[in-house]
Amino acid sequence: MSLDVSLDVAALRRDFPVLEREFHGHRLVYLDSAATSQKPTSVIEVMDTFYRHTNANVHRGVYTLAEEATAAFESARARMARFLHASTPSEIVFTKNATEAMNLVARSWGGAHLHEGDVVVLSLMEHHANVVPWHMLAAERGIELRWIPLTDDGCLDLESLPQLLEGAALLSVTSLSNVLGTINDVRHLADAAHAADALIAVDAAQTIPHVEVDVTAWDADFVAWTGHKMLGPTGIGGLWARENLLEGMPPFLGGGEMIRDVTVDGFTTNDIPWKFEAGTPPIAEAVGLEAAIDYLDDVGLEAVRRHEIELTGYALRALHERFDDRITTYGPSDLSIRGGVISFLLDGIHAHDVSQVLDEDAVAVRAGHHCAKPLMRHLGVPATTRASFYLYNDEADADALVESLARAEKFFAV
Amino acid sequence: MPGLEDLYREIILDHYRAPRNRGELPSPPATRAEGFNPLCGDEVVLTLQVDGDTVTDLLVAGQGCSISQASSSMMSAAVKGKSVAEARQLIRAFKALMSIHESKLGGEGDDAGTEADNALDGVQLGDLEALQGVVKFPVRIKCATLAWNTLEQGLDETSPS
Repeated sequence: MSLDVSLDVAALRRDFPVLEREFHGHRLVYLDSAATSQKPTSVIEVMDTFYRHTNANVHRGVYTLAEEATAAFESARARMARFLHASTPSEIVFTKNATEAMNLVARSWGGAHLHEGDVVVLSLMEHHANVVPWHMLAAERGIELRWIPLTDDGCLDLESLPQLLEGAALLSVTSLSNVLGTINDVRHLADAAHAADALIAVDAAQTIPHVEVDVTAWDADFVAWTGHKMLGPTGIGGLWARENLLEGMPPFLGGGEMIRDVTVDGFTTNDIPWKFEAGTPPIAEAVGLEAAIDYLDDVGLEAVRRHEIELTGYALRALHERFDDRITTYGPSDLSIRGGVISFLLDGIHAHDVSQVLDEDAVAVRAGHHCAKPLMRHLGVPATTRASFYLYNDEADADALVESLARAEKFFAV
Repeated sequence: MPGLEDLYREIILDHYRAPRNRGELPSPPATRAEGFNPLCGDEVVLTLQVDGDTVTDLLVAGQGCSISQASSSMMSAAVKGKSVAEARQLIRAFKALMSIHESKLGGEGDDAGTEADNALDGVQLGDLEALQGVVKFPVRIKCATLAWNTLEQGLDETSPS
């Protein structure tokens, strides 16, 4: 892993079988990794092998097979802890996805600590996963939500942050916008939150696949993530939280695994993190997740990040050169604070019609509101088209996007 | 494989570029109905005036993709001046047009297909038939039916069936 060597994308692409597919006579140009990433063969095979050789339920059986399954499951937890620079594996709670992790924060921590009039600060660029759980809590018990506004460049407008944080209990923000690509300075936000005696929760679903994250350096309190955007399988994500916070939080879902004892009169809870993992967890998915982390570590997240900066810059230049003032792109122009996400509008053509034409060229993009309707309202648009890049994309993919957009423009020309 | 021309027929693009009956009637007295497609953010706002048994006026506002907006425009042109019963018959026929091909795509000559055939029986869809290409693009069917579901809401409010 040398710092001077750029990614060998052609070699990486061979690790992703789905990229060999063709649609309508064109090779698949997959530009929707912000929705979900594709999976390398190593992840697919390790899950297949788990089911063929190691499958048993975890933390239950005494037999050797169950011990092996439990060891594989807990090994993934330890791997994820190291990947995030967490101090101990018990700070990693597995959930279904990042959305469930944010709901865990709102229901468990919020349920125990937030009361009528308490303040949670969000931003206008949040995904619904970091909006709706707080709306639900607001409706139930009258907590107040405050919103960090955005600058014209699609960054958090932090001028009013100290006032917004005044008396707040929690700041809950994304570390990378799934629409704008904006990378937020989490450490700065954490310092501001802590200075106001508030905690900080970070929706890191879009960051962890692309940028090295150190939760300790961030000085965060809660970090939510999901496996399927980081080359892993669907069905597994998680919450990292400080050990002392997790210790003080009530359970989230009730059932097996999360208990120490159950009587006809009540129950006592298991230790963390299992206290928050009711029922049979996503075991094979955890095994797949560990393989995904190994893959990302082998490639090196620094190289991934550098590649995405170059590719995003290339694509933005190509789009503006080709479509001039007929295209509007959103998000920061400074590539150092921007992930591999480009949301745009092509003049006079609705995002769905754009993506329909692109589909005919096998260019897969997302069209719609991207589960960020408060942001779309702020931008004053009902929908955008979004292209998002990952380590298996290259300049040819960006070129294919531009050519297909030119075809869409021609097709819908008045 | 269905091509773009199957979906975006010239008459659809014409209605998209030059939508008919665009705007909003003051309501009241007109009835207002709003339809949303939560997945893609398409929005149709209908204001309709029903006098006696006749849809005397109908305007369309909102925003969305070419299919949802063209379908709204074509619906307004087809329904304006018709009786409520005729409008309801058109709704049934249009929904049948959207489902008959779905069931055929499924490869089964099932009851849904027969029912759809019955609903279409004797109904002149005219230009609306241009929208039948939409069924080859299943994710877009909801774009085409949005205006019609919204019309049904509006009619239910003014003249419950």
